Amino acid sequence: MASIEMRHIVKQYGDGYPAVNDVSLDIADGEFMILVGPSGCGKSTLLRMIVGLEDITSGDMIIGGKRVNDLAPRDRNLSMVFQNYALYPHMTVYENIAFPLRLAKMPDDEVRRRVTEASDVLELKEHLERKPANLSGGQRQRVAMGRAIVRQAEAFLFDEPLSNLDAKLRGQMRTEISRLQRRLGITTVYVTHDQTEAMTLGDRVCVLRKGKIQQVASPRELYEQPVNLFVAGFIGSPPMNFLPASLEGDRLQTPFGPIVLDERRAAAVRGRDLLLVGIRPEYFEDASLVDDAKRPLGSVFRARVDVTEWLGDSQYAYIPYEAPDAIRTQLRDLSRELDSEELRTQAIVSIDATSRIREGREADFWLDSRKVHVFDPQTGENLTRDAEAGARLTQMATEDRVEQVQEAQTHGSTVGGGASRAGAA
Amino acid sequence: MSTRERTWWWVGGFLIVVYALFPIAWIVSLSFKDASDIANQSFLPTSPTVDNYTTILTGSASGLFLPALRNSFGICLIATFISCVLAMFAAYAIARLDFPGKRLILSTALAVAIFPVISIVTPLFNLWRQIGLYDTWPGLIIPYLSLTLPISIWTMSAFFREIPWEMEQAAQVDGATTWQAFRKVIVPLAAPGVFTTAIIAFFIAWNDFAYGISLTSTEASRPVPAALGLFSGASQFEDPTGAIAAAAVLVTIPVVVLVLLFQRRIVAGLTNGAVKG
Ligand SMILES: Nc1ncnc2c1ncn2[C@@H]1O[C@H](COP(=O)(O)OP(=O)(O)OP(=O)(O)O)[C@@H](O)[C@H]1O
Ligand SMILES: [Mg+2]
Repeated sequence: MASIEMRHIVKQYGDGYPAVNDVSLDIADGEFMILVGPSGCGKSTLLRMIVGLEDITSGDMIIGGKRVNDLAPRDRNLSMVFQNYALYPHMTVYENIAFPLRLAKMPDDEVRRRVTEASDVLELKEHLERKPANLSGGQRQRVAMGRAIVRQAEAFLFDEPLSNLDAKLRGQMRTEISRLQRRLGITTVYVTHDQTEAMTLGDRVCVLRKGKIQQVASPRELYEQPVNLFVAGFIGSPPMNFLPASLEGDRLQTPFGPIVLDERRAAAVRGRDLLLVGIRPEYFEDASLVDDAKRPLGSVFRARVDVTEWLGDSQYAYIPYEAPDAIRTQLRDLSRELDSEELRTQAIVSIDATSRIREGREADFWLDSRKVHVFDPQTGENLTRDAEAGARLTQMATEDRVEQVQEAQTHGSTVGGGASRAGAA
Repeated sequence: MSTRERTWWWVGGFLIVVYALFPIAWIVSLSFKDASDIANQSFLPTSPTVDNYTTILTGSASGLFLPALRNSFGICLIATFISCVLAMFAAYAIARLDFPGKRLILSTALAVAIFPVISIVTPLFNLWRQIGLYDTWPGLIIPYLSLTLPISIWTMSAFFREIPWEMEQAAQVDGATTWQAFRKVIVPLAAPGVFTTAIIAFFIAWNDFAYGISLTSTEASRPVPAALGLFSGASQFEDPTGAIAAAAVLVTIPVVVLVLLFQRRIVAGLTNGAVKG
């Protein structure tokens, strides 16, 4: 087990394109770090530089306190699950998992013991003599995991391991990976562009955009205190709504009526005219269903509903609004970058599933103004971010993690030498 | 596919097979005909005889045929082996590494492959006589390499390109050196490609006539195709047609056996299951 530190890592490919640009990131020993970002933002490249499959153009890669820039992959002692698994098709499942141990010239009975342990954890016991070609996607994925955990590696690296599985299997494997990581307590770097994986698996999440780190924080902090428009739009599904606004005193004039800001946020945005207000869908509610106690904490506005989607446990309403051209193009660029569907200027609003609001009619909505964020439309910076509150959220996540790891390691069965290693550490 | 369509496929396939196999059947039939029976104006021998086979295996032509058979086997196997080993490394480098001159190597290989053999036979004949390679095994193995290497490099690099890059990277991350990754992961995966290439290379060398007839003079190194050309009839008024046919049948057998033997290894798709899909 080891920590991973990156100092000003830059990767330029042969054509001069900086795929990773000045990334500095500290991953603590035993931490589960997620790398997310839209396609092509450099996640895989960064991971491959950690494992040593890609040369580092400049900067320092430090694993377990040792600079590894010039070490070959085999000398870094990391294990990796590839985006397409990369199993050895000519070997049985048993030999696939045993491969790293065989290379380390481990005696046969030790190999047998470890492979059996790993296959027990991953429920691969009855498939050990089969060839990868005859396995299902989920089984192949587990063989790839087995090959990774069978060895006492310093860290696990995952490159979108679940991206080709169907939704049900993905959910299953997600909890599997999470449990395994907790139990083994091994530093893990996990690349994904799946929202759910990022939010549920990670102790901390690193959001990348065009090779640059945007924010590194716990999922909660990313959700509640995003640093900029990009992170705010990327994290959360359905995404945050961005409304054009202008400042009048302490009030923001928006297409959905005025929003009153508290003292701190009002001070932060003062002196600007055109702004973007970010409101998550769940900060809205059908006005007729809001408690009287809560009502004064927000504002009520009347708008025409374009479409509603009833999902059983929840309901979404789409409300179109007018926006100046400058904002409109800005939002379109953002949504294109986030790989989301071309957003029309409409707000997605989450309302109670029992709400009787109907399509094509006008209705009253309530908007919780306590949690809105205000962004600078030019730079995308979040003007109202509360850094302290964010840091508190991440601190809490760190404490949770320590607790979970202890819990998992006292209760979990002995696996792949993980428990004994944890004891030694 | 409708029944009608299927019938047509069968008929077409049958015609092609007949067309392709007819000359072979003819040779086989000829090899069982007596010298006087050759011109019997019918496809089948009037009275089948194995005389021709005895002639070439134990009779008058055996002095010519048997050493030639040994030479052909030895020379072709060695040439195939060397060409496969060299082509394996070359193809791996071409498929996996980025180095200047890669295209040059490939196009040179192609140029060598299409270069007419007949135009270099004479210079080679003179050169070989001067440096003492004339009528020796190496004297044939070297020109055979020039025939087999280009095609081997091309086929194998196509096979290597099919192997997912990640396979080797996974091995390296698992703790393999470049050489171990190549030997334990890439070579087994490339095995069908190597077998296919080996068979093609063997055929090319086995079938060569121009080099065989020009660069040899005795049974020290004369290969079968050249020896066939030197057969003579029982008397000078008799053509050695029957004996040649029998020898042709005999030299075809190893080739057929080789293909049948390795047929199962040539099947592609060994990388099934390597990646999710
Ligand atoms: N071998 C290469 N040569 C040149 N450019 C490359 C190479 N590999 C990747 N890139 C570029 O580097 C950038 C980052 O690629 P990378 O594979 O890291 O993206 P990613 O974040 O993993 O994307 P995805 O989510 O689609 O897997 C891309 O813009 C890509 O075009
Ligand atoms: Mg990727």
